[in-house]
Amino acid sequence: MPTTSPPDAGLAPRGAGGQAGAAPRPARDRDAAGLGRPRAAAFVTPALLLIAAFLVFPALWTIYLGLTDYRLTGLAAADPQMVGLDNFTDALKDDSFSHSLGLTLQFVVGSAVIGQAGLGFLIAWVMRNRRGALRRLVEALVLTAWILPSSVIAFLWIALLDRDDGTLNAALHTPGTAWLLEHPMLSIIVFNIWRGTAFSMMLYAAALGNVPPSHLETARLAGASGWQQLRDVVFPRIRGHILTNLLLISLWTFNDFTPFLLTSGGPEDKTEVMPVFIYKLALSNGELGFGAAISVLMLLINLVIAVVYMTLLRRRKEDAPA
Amino acid sequence: MADISMAALTKVYPGGVRALDGIDLTIADGEFFALLGPSGCGKTTLLRTLAGLETASSGSVGIGGRDVTALPPGRRDVAMVFQDYALFPHMSVSDNIAYPLRIQKVPGATRREKAAQTAAELGLTDYLDRRPGQLSGGQQQRVALARAMACHPQVFLFDEPLSNLDARMRLEARTFLKRLQRELGVTTVFVTHDQAEALALADRIAVMESGRIRQLGTPAEVFRYPANTFVASFIGSTPMNLLDGQVAGGRIDVAGALLPVPEGLEEGLAEGEKLVYGIRPEYLGLAEGPAEGALRGAVRVVENLGSAQLVTLEGESGFVQAVVDEDRRLTPGEIGHAVPRRDRALLYRDGELLNRAPAESGPAGRPGEGEAA
Ligand SMILES: Nc1ncnc2c1ncn2[C@@H]1O[C@H](COP(=O)(O)OP(=O)(O)OP(=O)(O)O)[C@@H](O)[C@H]1O
Ligand SMILES: [Mg+2]
Repeated sequence: MPTTSPPDAGLAPRGAGGQAGAAPRPARDRDAAGLGRPRAAAFVTPALLLIAAFLVFPALWTIYLGLTDYRLTGLAAADPQMVGLDNFTDALKDDSFSHSLGLTLQFVVGSAVIGQAGLGFLIAWVMRNRRGALRRLVEALVLTAWILPSSVIAFLWIALLDRDDGTLNAALHTPGTAWLLEHPMLSIIVFNIWRGTAFSMMLYAAALGNVPPSHLETARLAGASGWQQLRDVVFPRIRGHILTNLLLISLWTFNDFTPFLLTSGGPEDKTEVMPVFIYKLALSNGELGFGAAISVLMLLINLVIAVVYMTLLRRRKEDAPA
Repeated sequence: MADISMAALTKVYPGGVRALDGIDLTIADGEFFALLGPSGCGKTTLLRTLAGLETASSGSVGIGGRDVTALPPGRRDVAMVFQDYALFPHMSVSDNIAYPLRIQKVPGATRREKAAQTAAELGLTDYLDRRPGQLSGGQQQRVALARAMACHPQVFLFDEPLSNLDARMRLEARTFLKRLQRELGVTTVFVTHDQAEALALADRIAVMESGRIRQLGTPAEVFRYPANTFVASFIGSTPMNLLDGQVAGGRIDVAGALLPVPEGLEEGLAEGEKLVYGIRPEYLGLAEGPAEGALRGAVRVVENLGSAQLVTLEGESGFVQAVVDEDRRLTPGEIGHAVPRRDRALLYRDGELLNRAPAESGPAGRPGEGEAA
């Protein structure tokens, strides 16, 4: 057809122009803002200095402390001695360390991975098609738990769980049950779920908004049940969001100190999760060197968690091109 | 074995929008049926209500003699192809095609065999292991079709499946779709707002406007005898000229031009009655000089249509468009005389057509041809 030739002819010069325009780009890539190296460095230096002073230095200092027998009081406070890796080997052999690590894992898996992520997803899924008052109310309530200061929340929960005048005992007609003493781990897990679900809920709500309705409808037309729709359409689509969410809430929960405000690690050491364990060790018992060593170990565990999730995330990108 | 029937079907969306307003429609078994209409007239809503993705506010839907109004989408035995194809990006082409079978718990080997077979029919054999993201738009469309075909539904529902393709691919896909539907003989409802597509593909067309069907008929009927001025102005690649006129002495007086009354309509016209005279630009010829029964006007715009030109004349009757031969030289400002073809002229009283379609152009393109197998 004669009509097809003019557009073809018109394309040729445009293509050539595109190539010519692409040539100078690499040069600009090296210096996107056009500031020049010295000025760019001047802009970055203050931030780097702050990071060095408040992040890098304390971290290095902690590692150094971990290699000494530094104590809060006494002889070793005045003149700490290098003890090499003794603190680390002691910690790894120490029963209370592995006990605390076990508790922390329970806390992270129970309250973050299962609790917050699960409940957050559930709320987001149930609310996905709702608009209006109900949705806003639920979001407001969940978010309130998230934005209130820890100390306020801890106080509220102590009032809720109190043995004599606690709201929960009144509601369940179980007077005299000391929840924090009888079920200490369960209490802080439920507490942390209540406190932190908002983040997962918001993240999943945003992720669900990205699932094309036509995909869900195709599955529904094929006769897929609710669970099959989740498995075949929703989860593959939001896998990246799920992993990112799990990474963040795992790390936050791992490092969370708020349980201390409820139980102070007790009764005995039943809720002595890592941060509480270190706090007691370093500041109550005064074993700064030992505490620092365990802090470094905790940092390493955090790193391992992060690396595992990041690997999963990266594998997903290779899995699903485009 | 599956005709579709709708009775007084109404859909009111929560916001109060009446997207379907008492639709009564029967679509025969094996028919290729197109829904046509301007944006927002309720085509998609009608399709989704048939599929069960929207619940009807009132009225009923039947498929193959079974009342499905209250059935969920998965139990209506229909397959739908969406405008974005809705292929699952994390599944291979083969898994995508076999997905409905997987939900029906067909064993894996049978499933793969069936997928390969369907893919072969659509020329997709080489792509079975690819992901949808690695396919062109046309290939994706065929995968979506294959997925719809694989589970042998009673009804196909297509919501603008060709609109993501470029013009050339569209023509190819259109022919392909028509052939496929003929071979399979599955009742098909097709939404489009490309009327050329509807005219080319469909056995019958319903033209919709704000939730109602304004005309139902074969492509030829809808094109030749638009039942009302809405359909008349909507259908056709160039809009029909709709001119206000008045009956005067056995002719129609359109702003001074006396035009002959279309055949068979001489009776029943009252002297002085106000009517609308409709004529497609294709059926208006430009006379060489002043002529009897011609619309007079100054040439304002000349548009090149490739093998013809579309001329817009401005006269006392307003703007009139005519399609003229490509060789004709026309200069803006020059006076033109447009002569209508008498056998193509239409008359509308209160917006409704007066012409009667000849009987033989009635049930053309018999549905059910494809069910020989
Ligand atoms: N979920 C909804 N809620 C409220 N109103 C809706 C909803 N979906 C569609 N509508 C309204 O219903 C009417 C019909 O919409 P529909 O999608 O069926 O139009 P359409 O004919 O498919 O249009 P298009 O050609 O643009 O796709 C429109 O006025 C639209 O605004
Ligand atoms: Mg639509």
